[in-house]
Amino acid sequence: MDFTLKIWRQKSARDKGTFKTYQIKNISPDTSFLEMLDILNDQLIREGTDPVAVEKGCKSDDPVAFDHDCREGICGMCSLYINGRAHGPDDAITTCQLHMRKFRDGETITIEPWRSAAMPVIKDLVVDRHALDKILQAGGYISVNTGGIQDANTIPVPREKAEESMDAAACVGCGACIATCKNGSAMLFVASRVSSLALLPQGKIEAARRVKAMIARMDELGFGSCTNTRACEMECPKNISVIHIARLNREFLKAKTKD
Amino acid sequence: MSVKLIAKIPEGPLNEKWTKHKSSIKVVSPANKRKLDIIVVGTGLGGASAAAALGELGYNVKVFCISDSPRRAHSIAAQGGINAAKNYPNDNDSVYRLFYDTIKGGDFRSREANVHRLAEVSNHIIDLCVAQGVPFARDYGGLLDNRSFGGAQVSRTFYARGQTGQQLLLGAYGALNRQIEKGTVKSYNRHEMLDIVLINGEARGIITRNLVSGEIEKYGAHAVVIATGGYGNVYFLSTNAMNSNGSAVWQCYKKGALFANPCFTQIHPTCIPVHGEQQSKLTLMSESLRNDGRIWVPKKTEDVIMLREKRIRPSEIPEADRDYYLERRYPAFGNLVPRDVASRAAKERCDAGFGVNETGRAVFLDFKSAIERLGKKVIGERYGNLFQMYEKITDVDPYKEPMMIYPAIHYTMGGLWVDYNLQTTIPGLYAIGEANFSDHGGNRLGASALMQGLADGYFILPYTIGDYLAGKIQVPQTDTNNPAFEEAEREVRAKTHKLLSVKGKEPVDHFHKKLGHIMWEYVGMARNEQGLKKAIEEISELRKEFWNNVCIPGENIEFNQELEKGFRVADFLEMAGLMARDALQRKESCGGHFREEMHTPDGETLRDDKNFMYVSAWEYNKGEEPLFHKEELSYEFVKLAERNYKE
Repeated sequence: MDFTLKIWRQKSARDKGTFKTYQIKNISPDTSFLEMLDILNDQLIREGTDPVAVEKGCKSDDPVAFDHDCREGICGMCSLYINGRAHGPDDAITTCQLHMRKFRDGETITIEPWRSAAMPVIKDLVVDRHALDKILQAGGYISVNTGGIQDANTIPVPREKAEESMDAAACVGCGACIATCKNGSAMLFVASRVSSLALLPQGKIEAARRVKAMIARMDELGFGSCTNTRACEMECPKNISVIHIARLNREFLKAKTKD
Repeated sequence: MSVKLIAKIPEGPLNEKWTKHKSSIKVVSPANKRKLDIIVVGTGLGGASAAAALGELGYNVKVFCISDSPRRAHSIAAQGGINAAKNYPNDNDSVYRLFYDTIKGGDFRSREANVHRLAEVSNHIIDLCVAQGVPFARDYGGLLDNRSFGGAQVSRTFYARGQTGQQLLLGAYGALNRQIEKGTVKSYNRHEMLDIVLINGEARGIITRNLVSGEIEKYGAHAVVIATGGYGNVYFLSTNAMNSNGSAVWQCYKKGALFANPCFTQIHPTCIPVHGEQQSKLTLMSESLRNDGRIWVPKKTEDVIMLREKRIRPSEIPEADRDYYLERRYPAFGNLVPRDVASRAAKERCDAGFGVNETGRAVFLDFKSAIERLGKKVIGERYGNLFQMYEKITDVDPYKEPMMIYPAIHYTMGGLWVDYNLQTTIPGLYAIGEANFSDHGGNRLGASALMQGLADGYFILPYTIGDYLAGKIQVPQTDTNNPAFEEAEREVRAKTHKLLSVKGKEPVDHFHKKLGHIMWEYVGMARNEQGLKKAIEEISELRKEFWNNVCIPGENIEFNQELEKGFRVADFLEMAGLMARDALQRKESCGGHFREEMHTPDGETLRDDKNFMYVSAWEYNKGEEPLFHKEELSYEFVKLAERNYKE
């Protein structure tokens, strides 16, 4: 398969950035999207025409920087806006699980970084997501120390609750929900953690403190507010439902009325 | 011999060693803990849990990771589960049984005392993780559920769907975040350790590269903990994440820490087979699938040919014409034999010409009988996400047709040599989790990596490191302007410059792939003397070629992913040579290390306990042939036996 790639190139956070067009040929439909980018980078390094590099002996053009790691859809490191959709045209997967068979031969593919005020570009397609860590640091945990814990089976959890908690906990923290939200809201991300813990008896004890602290931190960091467009749910690679946002709102109201 | 290997195994009965040891080692008072700095490198289950637990104790912790968040560490990808000796299913499990299964699974090449300690603390891990809110699978009564894993005849594996590693890591990451918020831990993301700094022979800090700005930075401490995982990516194609690497471990080795059992690598039997030259990594299909999936190849060569030409579907082959070879060869354990055994059995069938895909390197993992027995819904609840993952990659629906699988590199049992306190041969330098060698011997059992990472991080290191630090309370904070730091920084800058100034013609990946081919061919699933000697030569040639012809674009002072890879592959090229040397000296078959010269008449591994019952430990020798040391293993409490999974 052959493709025309329009890729966002931006040297650094301070650089303005622009789209550049590349041609790529003979790609197997079984190639993953990120492997296709590996092939492009190999091509750029081997056949580049960067004047400075040619002068020095190797011809390389600067390869495209993109975040990736596990390449099996669980680490949450990969991102990319592909043809206007977070993680590309296939549903319920991250970019690393996307394969070229989902595109038409000869298609032009536009590749952009996440664009959101709270996640600035570091280089090309790589963005800074440390704000997500910051939100979780505000309270996305149960405050127990290592040691001195009772036997695990002394806390029974109804199976349905455990399953629902697991549904929410499947979040990989990739940021697709934020990138896709017209308000740049992190509500689905925050809700997944709040809801997952609020559903468990061991998480209820500090549920009120948790939800208030995480919401406050989210606002502080410049994320937008939620207007229930449900775009986040559409693009979540782990199919996390907006039901969890509803639970977050309930938890937040409960906490506020107690104040 | 300049180095003496003293394992510091406590005296006394097996089940009292750890308790006695804990009560005899020193502790540091809370007021003094505040004065002591600890660096933790890596944020997987080992690193995150250690940093959190040390922070809780009141030490000043700095934690480093190469990703943009601690949560990305590759522990997150562990699917199947975590073992513990809870005996909740009442199937006669016990600490002793978990200990024995692990020792036997490791083919009697691990330390009794370490493994017993691991089994002892396993239950605390489950308690803690539940308290942290890890949503483990539960039965309708609300209590925890278990499943079985390879090498065990009891159900002792706790799980959270096919995402157990993710959930455990989110628990540890939560605990870490709590400490970061409290200020006891400071985290440095997108930082890669490029060297370890020793002052008077003791580990006192690290040199890192800030991967965003490219700046070289210096950090000091009273002790350094390495938790950077394994070196499976030496093979290029593995189930490891793309950025997982062995460089931190390798820098410690080059500064004098001994490297133990480098040849012990684990090949996981159930991975999605290789499809082409451009493939970047292999995807694991959890071992838990072997609870309900049955592994087979056709009995008839005609069927194999038709399958390869896609003239029939696997589901069309009748039961009578299928060879469920694991059930045939190992009736007692069947599809749940340990990983090394299952991997070799797959290779044996494929070598005999029964491989089921075009490359001849695949076998089937079939859920037909499980779906008939339990229904699609139950199977979906158990393995839904794995089935989805498989379908996205291969475009085949495993509810209808069997999965195709083949072994791939997954884990490395070898690592930095550590004593019972998890301290390396460098005072103040500790190694935990997959980065050390201590608990899995020649082969790791499924669901034991998560157990070991968390055991080391939450329950062992926080005690044992105190014994060392108690002697350091008078030592002031490390001055990073000390000449040792400047020397290390100079070396790092020189290496960076050298990498960037080759300006050859081939990208880093070209060398990495070539190295992977050599390693898979000669230091992979089956090894022999001739092949290993050849590998050593070829690796050495490739290393020269790398330094003459690698092309790394860009500059140091910027975000430069090719440079990151350059550092890692330069180290892999050195490490590979050590792995081959270790495989060459170990003239026995044991666990994941199969020497073709050494096998039983029916093709099983043949250990040589008389000559090889030791841990090999290699010492760096300034670029010359590395020096070889041995830690003899003694088995006081278990009887050595042939690893038999047949009856």
